[in-house]
Amino acid sequence: MTAFLAILSRDLKLGLRQGGDLLTLVLFFVIVGVLLPFAVGPDRPLLSQLAPAIIWVAALLAQLLSHDRLFRSDFEDGSLALFRQASLSLDGLVFAKLIAHWLLTGLPLVVAMPVLALVLGLSADGFWLAVMTLLAGTPALTAFGAIGAAVTVGLKRGGLVAPVIVLPMSLPVLIFGTGAFDPARVGAASQALLLLAALSLVSMALAPFAAALALRISGE
Amino acid sequence: MSDISLAAEGIVLERGGRAVLVDLSLAVSPGEALMLRGPNGAGKSSALLVLAGLLAPQEGRVRFTGADPDAPPFAHLHWVGHDPAIKSGLSVAENLRFWIDVLGGRRDRMGDALEAAGLAGLEDFDAGLLSAGQTRRLALARLLAIPRPLWLLDEPTSALDADGAHWVGQLLANHLAGGGLAVIATHLDIPFSGDSKTMTLIRAGA
Repeated sequence: MTAFLAILSRDLKLGLRQGGDLLTLVLFFVIVGVLLPFAVGPDRPLLSQLAPAIIWVAALLAQLLSHDRLFRSDFEDGSLALFRQASLSLDGLVFAKLIAHWLLTGLPLVVAMPVLALVLGLSADGFWLAVMTLLAGTPALTAFGAIGAAVTVGLKRGGLVAPVIVLPMSLPVLIFGTGAFDPARVGAASQALLLLAALSLVSMALAPFAAALALRISGE
Repeated sequence: MSDISLAAEGIVLERGGRAVLVDLSLAVSPGEALMLRGPNGAGKSSALLVLAGLLAPQEGRVRFTGADPDAPPFAHLHWVGHDPAIKSGLSVAENLRFWIDVLGGRRDRMGDALEAAGLAGLEDFDAGLLSAGQTRRLALARLLAIPRPLWLLDEPTSALDADGAHWVGQLLANHLAGGGLAVIATHLDIPFSGDSKTMTLIRAGA
């Protein structure tokens, strides 16, 4: 437990001290969200119809940007090799890293949602739904991203390969995340939210094992 | 500290299609140090990686007798390699405290370990700003703060000044006197008094 908390607090501390990364992530999320309305044009009804898709694509891209640093610095400075001698198994340590990573890259997107909601002309209901879907769905993105990051950590240009692995896995999250906003179906929101939450729970529970296995292999 | 012995039998290791270790066998018992010597590229570091379980050999196996079967498989050893596993952005004390927590050491030994490493007074200093020698000292401070029976050290005195090398020698002598064991890959002489064997590796295929 001490080891788990130590990893969690170290990663949070490092992430917050290098605040630039955090700010870049949030800015990227907002900028993608702001750019698309310019591309679509000043058609407000169309825009609010597209809003869920824009929000989720922006969130997905912002998350992709952040995955590479999940394991890379620990790999490069030798920390990853030492984790193998820890009092806790590598799976447990990876799980702690995942939680810290989500707090640093998933939660800030939720916090930045009001800005996007304003730009995209979301209603109050739409805003809250977006917040809920992001809260329920981004942990799954973090989990899938961790697998991609772990597989590619030994590659010099892994940052470019990882998205190719991660994107197909992330499709369900995108589908349910935007499906929650479907006005034509009764109960779409609650169903999609439940499915997103299930996806996040399962992937967060399994990803540490997959990522730890990949790290053991790529460490060689 | 439990009595652990280390034995490796018939290790064959290939990396990148090249034979690095051919039929390497070694045995180390408590209170004993094994020095791995040899020219660059002889496979000293690779041998340590195999012993630490970080590289899987193609043939042969490494056995630890006397290790706690319930503990994680490598929780009884320290491996100090070329990469110091020190994070810039964290202070010297935070770095050591992190590893004490993760590797299961004792926080009350931290002050003594830092002092012995010659880093007293630098506790709140950003570890990223330390010199190469100081970084190595901080990495070696883990050996003191986290008691473990088996030490696997890769060039422990590189980047260290004469005082530092002397300190490493003393550290080793105390460790062996307390029943610990160590395997050290080095091409520099480490000044220490104690029971040590030397094994010279030759470049495979040379």
